[in-house]
Amino acid sequence: MIRPVVDLGELERGLGEIPDPEVPVLTIADLGVLRSVADEGGRIVVTITPTYSGCPAMHHIENRIAEVLDAAEVEGEVRVTFSPAWTTDWISADGRRKLREYGIAPPRTTEVALTIGRRQIACPQCGSTDTETISEFGSTACKALMRCLECREPFDHFKEL
Amino acid sequence: MTPASDTARVDTAAVDTAPVDLVLAIADDNLIVAQRLGELISRSPDLEEDIAIANVSLDHLGQARSLYTRAGEIEGRGRDEDDLALGRDERDFRNAVLVEQPNGDFAQTMVRQFFLDAYQVPFYDALSSSTDESLAGIAAKAVKEARYHLERSSSWVVRLGDGTDESHQRTQAAVDTLWRYTGDLHERPAGGETVVNSGVAPDAEPIASTFDATVRSVLADATLDVPEDPYQRLGGRVGTHTEHLGHLLTEMQWLHRTHPGAQW
Repeated sequence: MIRPVVDLGELERGLGEIPDPEVPVLTIADLGVLRSVADEGGRIVVTITPTYSGCPAMHHIENRIAEVLDAAEVEGEVRVTFSPAWTTDWISADGRRKLREYGIAPPRTTEVALTIGRRQIACPQCGSTDTETISEFGSTACKALMRCLECREPFDHFKEL
Repeated sequence: MTPASDTARVDTAAVDTAPVDLVLAIADDNLIVAQRLGELISRSPDLEEDIAIANVSLDHLGQARSLYTRAGEIEGRGRDEDDLALGRDERDFRNAVLVEQPNGDFAQTMVRQFFLDAYQVPFYDALSSSTDESLAGIAAKAVKEARYHLERSSSWVVRLGDGTDESHQRTQAAVDTLWRYTGDLHERPAGGETVVNSGVAPDAEPIASTFDATVRSVLADATLDVPEDPYQRLGGRVGTHTEHLGHLLTEMQWLHRTHPGAQW
């Protein structure tokens, strides 16, 4: 049987454009959730990793990937891996810029966060670092709820993990 | 059948179920505390804490799901996460008795969480070097979540303990009530030694001493006393639970048991 040649690079670009359902300005490629697209003896294996163990978006993302594979008429499967564990350090520079523009303070590198602690998060609205934590968890598991003491705006911070 | 071969058969069974029981113990700790925290959704003291508690619950639930799936794979009898979470009876649960204790007031919820977090951080940290690669991967992910949970719960314990007279008194009462259930965290299901010897599970002793150091340091910051009563209620790891677990399971499992295989 002759199987159609799949352009893995093109497929990966297409899959990478799937938006994250909870932070829709980011794609699963920006987030580093999409780990790899591989051809395993004619079967395409898409490997993804959850941001948090209980991330409720994973099932949705798996369905979207299946749709993209179907549309490209590709025989494939989605594999979920926990190892290596996802880290915010995998969020692309472009992803961080998009987060800031969206009003979410992007994560700093985990190295910086470990050195200087969780404080000193710059307000995405006015840039002031005079901010305080309202709650360790915001609207989703990956965000904390903060307030800027300079411009008084509340904002989400994408937590370093 | 001779008595000798009968003994051999029992021994083999014990070796086979030990790793499954160990993974179930970790999974059950997470599922039961997730269910307890879930009871507070829409009932927390304020909106921010409501959301935070729901998110912590979700982390625990996510960890439980991965662990149940792994337990089912090791067991090899085709049981999936739903079968293990919703199809087992009280005596089959291997969670530490701490996590099944009721929410009580906010202080009791936070102190219970703090004790669990102080245990899970060193436990997951050590489990991330397990010879079982799946477990090591789940633990490496979970330890990051547990560290964040510990940051939050310990800051609450300090804030409440070193707060007003009322909050201090309530938090001390929570510590006094829950302390006797903390020893059970470090217990292991039957056959625990074989799982440690094979490198699947970490040794319990260093984890217990890290737990002890964390608890003493945070309680000191919180101006709270470590109870002196040495009594510890053990037994959760072998299925001997307190009166609370059965009630929790009844509420959690009835839908699945009434309508097996029900889908949304």
